[in-house]
Amino acid sequence: MKTRTTKYNVLVILLLLMTFIIYNISVYTGNPYKQPVKLSETALQGQLLWQKNNCWSCHQIYGLGGYLGPDLTNIYSNPNKGAGYIKAFLNSGVKSMPKFDFSESQKEAVVSYLKHIDSTGFYPNFEAKFKPNGWVELKYKDEK
Amino acid sequence: MKNKTALLFLIIALSALLLGVFFGLFASLQYIIPDFLKELVPFNKMRPFHVTTVISWIVLCATGSIYFFITKEEGFKLFSYRLFKTHFILFVLTGIGIYVSFLTGKMEGREYLAYTPILTIPIVIGWILFGINYFKTLSKNIKNWPVYYWMWGTGIVFMIYHLCEAHFWMIPSFRSHFIKDISVQWKSYGSFVGSWNMLVYGIAIYLMSKIKKDSTLAYGKTVFFFYFLGLTNLMFGWAHHTYIIPTQPWIRYVAYAISMTEWVVLAHIIYSWIKTLSNEDKKKYCMVYKFLRAADFWVFLNIILALLFSIPVINFFTHGTHITVAHSMGTTIGINTTILLAAVFFIVQKSLPNYKIDTLFIKRSYKAFNVSLFFFFCALLVAGVKKSNWMYFTKEVHFSEMQDSLYYVYIAFFVFGLSLVFSIISLATVLLKALLKAVK
Ligand code: HEC
Ligand code: HEM
Repeated sequence: MKTRTTKYNVLVILLLLMTFIIYNISVYTGNPYKQPVKLSETALQGQLLWQKNNCWSCHQIYGLGGYLGPDLTNIYSNPNKGAGYIKAFLNSGVKSMPKFDFSESQKEAVVSYLKHIDSTGFYPNFEAKFKPNGWVELKYKDEK
Repeated sequence: MKNKTALLFLIIALSALLLGVFFGLFASLQYIIPDFLKELVPFNKMRPFHVTTVISWIVLCATGSIYFFITKEEGFKLFSYRLFKTHFILFVLTGIGIYVSFLTGKMEGREYLAYTPILTIPIVIGWILFGINYFKTLSKNIKNWPVYYWMWGTGIVFMIYHLCEAHFWMIPSFRSHFIKDISVQWKSYGSFVGSWNMLVYGIAIYLMSKIKKDSTLAYGKTVFFFYFLGLTNLMFGWAHHTYIIPTQPWIRYVAYAISMTEWVVLAHIIYSWIKTLSNEDKKKYCMVYKFLRAADFWVFLNIILALLFSIPVINFFTHGTHITVAHSMGTTIGINTTILLAAVFFIVQKSLPNYKIDTLFIKRSYKAFNVSLFFFFCALLVAGVKKSNWMYFTKEVHFSEMQDSLYYVYIAFFVFGLSLVFSIISLATVLLKALLKAVK
């Protein structure tokens, strides 16, 4: 029935698929980070607000998202910014950023989400080390 | 011709293309005049509208073309015409659902798939119907599959898987692990793009082998080697989107190693390009040939960019800037859209052999398309370089000052975007007219 090439192709695909399955399982179940930070209930609500209001279409987290506005990965721990600053932006909206009519607890939730994100790492990763083979060694948040 | 559903897919696809580029234009306008129209066409609506609509163009056009090739061009009897129609109706209804979800502001999905997540269910069902029809039809009709049949089959299967994977965040215990969640989200998008590339590149190989009437093109050892290389990249190459996220280093190492294998592709493209330059079977399928040649050029340009920023040290600086957008629009317009336009030209020629297309007009639009895209691409690169410079080599300059300093670059982005839109309108309306005639 099947020709030899077909059998050979099916074999290669099966091998790749098996590797893919093992790989996926380790990505899904493994700990992706030394000390995984779990989002709290409040932070999860903030995440939902982040999605419902499409903050991601103008802002980036770890450089991922839309590019009209700035990256917000470490805004929480920025000495000049932080919680109050974030809330002020939500209240007023600047330039192309719309004003959001959030309740106090909703604003808290967004801040809490950004706080959790901040605790997971750095972006931009200014203290990363470059290796001669093109590799970049990231600085992780829990390192001294 | 009895069943016209394949052509209907293409008509909807071209309409999505026309609509989608307008959303893109409105989005880019916000870069120049942020306060203007902020209420009416806010960026956070226009960007998702744009991206979802143009992705639909790619996916629907690929689907319609594949249906056309297997039923009309190869003349296989489809396993079930009823499934085929159901697939079409399901996608049209879901499309309407997506715009309703956008217009009512129920956009709690994530980037690229921003519509309300329930709508993913009919989309996945549509793909499953497509898969059943595809595999049942082909397994009955053909023993020794050319590479494009493998590619289309792979594309369908992985599309289903990665659409689901992109929604793992809906499981609460999953989304509470932020780093894992964001990595898997971007893993799924990378592979999602890989899946539609399987469909689109398969179409390119199909067209080439039909024009040249040279079936070795689709059976040789080399094409299969590239197919498996592409599949490996689809499965494991995604992490170059996420080098910068603090995941386990081994995941990023694997991605780095695998992305680098694409250098082989580059070498091969240059080689075969030079080899085929003197080839003379281009007259009959003039437009198809032209668009495939353009795709070749865009592959060349984009692969250089992609390979460079797959090197982590370079990625470090380009990530999070418009260089990424140059890559994503450069590939989706330059490569995917040109190949798909070639496919539609081919299909029009097959469905209406005596239909006269204004070749001069098309040739001009084709030129305008490529030239505008080139400068559009460059404008995005310049914007990216400037932002990267701001991020890493300046201090105390506020974000908005950096954006203001890019004013003229964004104007160029808009203007070349506008001329790109004009050229796309010219090409798409000619094809739409022909297709509407064919389904009458
Ligand atoms: C239409 C685009 C858009 C949307 C949507 C948007 N923003 Fe913004 N945001 C901006 C822009 C642009 C700026 C920078 C304004 C400036 O500094 O001139 C900004 C600034 C900010 C800042 C201050 C950043 C800094 O470093 O100074 C925060 C915090 C912020 N936005 C949070 C949010 C949150 C949270 C959401 C979602 C609820 C959101 N934004 C939605 C465009 C947007
Ligand atoms: C066939 C045509 C087009 C396709 C397939 C396409 C595709 C895309 C894709 C995939 C993205 C997401 C980029 C990313 O997340 O990295 C995007 C973003 C975008 N596109 Fe297009 N696009 C097209 C035409 C246009 C045109 C004509 C314009 C008008 C200027 C435009 C303006 C934009 C803008 C402003 C963004 C958002 C970039 C940002 O976040 O800053 N697009 N497009």
